[in-house]
Amino acid sequence: MIRAQVEGQPYIDWGWIADHMDDVWTRLIEHSYLTFLAVAIGMLISFPLAIFAHRHRRSYGPIAAVTGLLYTIPSLALFAFLVPYTRLSVLTAEIGLVSYTLLILIRGVVSGLSGVPSDAREAALGMGYSRSELLWRVELPLSTPVIIAGIRIATVTTIGLVTVTALIGKGGLGFFILMGIDRNFPTASLLGSILSLGLAVLVDFLLVRVERLVTPWAHRERRATI
Amino acid sequence: MPEAMIRLEDVTKRFDSTDQSAVEGLSMEVADGETVVLVGPSGCGKTTTMKMINRLVEPTSGHIFVDGTDVLEQDAVRLRRGIGYVIQSIGLLPHRTVAQNMATVPKLEGWEGGRIEERISELVSIFDLDERMLERYPSELSGGQRQRVGVARALAADPPVMLMDEPFGAVDPIVRERLQDQFLDIQRRLQKTIVFVTHDIDEAIKIADRIAILNVGGKIEQFATPEEILRQPANDFVRKFVGVERGLKRLALMKVEEIRVEDGPVTAPGSSSKDALEELARFDFDWISVVEDGELLGWVDRSGLEKAERVSDVDPRPFSAYVTGESTLREALDSIVTSRTQVAVVATEGQRYKGILTLEKISKEIVT
Repeated sequence: MIRAQVEGQPYIDWGWIADHMDDVWTRLIEHSYLTFLAVAIGMLISFPLAIFAHRHRRSYGPIAAVTGLLYTIPSLALFAFLVPYTRLSVLTAEIGLVSYTLLILIRGVVSGLSGVPSDAREAALGMGYSRSELLWRVELPLSTPVIIAGIRIATVTTIGLVTVTALIGKGGLGFFILMGIDRNFPTASLLGSILSLGLAVLVDFLLVRVERLVTPWAHRERRATI
Repeated sequence: MPEAMIRLEDVTKRFDSTDQSAVEGLSMEVADGETVVLVGPSGCGKTTTMKMINRLVEPTSGHIFVDGTDVLEQDAVRLRRGIGYVIQSIGLLPHRTVAQNMATVPKLEGWEGGRIEERISELVSIFDLDERMLERYPSELSGGQRQRVGVARALAADPPVMLMDEPFGAVDPIVRERLQDQFLDIQRRLQKTIVFVTHDIDEAIKIADRIAILNVGGKIEQFATPEEILRQPANDFVRKFVGVERGLKRLALMKVEEIRVEDGPVTAPGSSSKDALEELARFDFDWISVVEDGELLGWVDRSGLEKAERVSDVDPRPFSAYVTGESTLREALDSIVTSRTQVAVVATEGQRYKGILTLEKISKEIVT
């Protein structure tokens, strides 16, 4: 995509980057915001659906099928389809982005819940946890590592996808990538790509830290002495 | 007879998937403070029966009363909080520390922090746990520790009734024995009403006040004390289930103090060798116990006495083993068959001489 550099021009134009730091920040924030919004809304939709699927096993098949179908729609086609209805808006971008998180997030929550050791569940019921206490105080806390693993994948995927929404005038760092292609200006494309990549790595790392923080029990060294 | 703490009346459980009942028309009473063990082959409905008491399994028909109230008329969640529950895999909550696990039911019941803390330190001393263990997570404990924490957790809110489903099944035999001993010791003090499920007849014999031997379909083949089941198995099924060594198992239930010990040859350091040799000959032994003012000093043998004037001229040799009133007859038997002289010497912990036990005497005890 990035074609040969224009003669006499350095491959990376550091001066241009320095001149556009304000833009870089704005786009970085926009990128983070679009990502956060997509994963947050995705989670809001996935969470109750996953809990429903967990309680009513038979509903998981259809739910997985529909979200799986959404996941397979090419993003370009989806945006092209949506633009006539929702125009070039954040809404259009988010409909696409959120759709792609659902499969991963629902699967994360469902497999987290079904991975709860059955003996912990039985003991909790036997001790007098109600159904909802069981869910909130036992099943969900114990699913947290798997749920966060799902959120990590969804987030990293979304960070990559946000760049595509540049095509409909959003796109965060995708703006630079598109600009670089349009103007045959590799500096911008590289800048957008590398920052997007860096953002993904950083956010993934932060989520790992969060997971360690909220589930200390899952990371203790196994030692059985006294 | 006091009012039964747990009463099952004609209880039947049929699972949807099968035609055959898991439990059919079972009736049984458990008295206040009694430990009843349900034992039987797999598929006999023992676990199903136990789980119907706290409604983890809902009976298809029949009534179950706990402390006089029909459990089916109670809120299941409230009912369960009032009944201690221990399962084989223990089911400690992996995301909670040991202290938090033990606080589970008190917390559900809305106890305030200070009271919970007090209760936990009580449990720590009852179960002889290590204080440092409290802040650990279950994955950091050994199997035996987890088991003890599981039982402690079930007792946290001091429920009058406990249900235990093979609680010591998952640990190795040595740890299991220790846990059983501790359980018996604690139960002696707390006097809970306990329904205990196991497939291990020896465990049942050891800890039960009464044993219910169940056959497929929850049919009670015999419901009696361990001693009676061993002495008089009701039928072939029970005889087969109890297995060989019924006599030996009964011996394990009887204490030396429950039977009369026999006289054996005894002498005092002050006696003459001649008297001692006569005494020894009277019993047809070749050794004699030396006792001074009731205290067992040891033994001397014939050849030693023959060379001496008085008993005190020979240094008494200590017994390598003797049994006490607290020992079981099985231990006494072991002492007999492993001693050169085929005799078990009985003394108190403080070395006070009581008498002797022979094979003949013990075998008489089983036969009568």
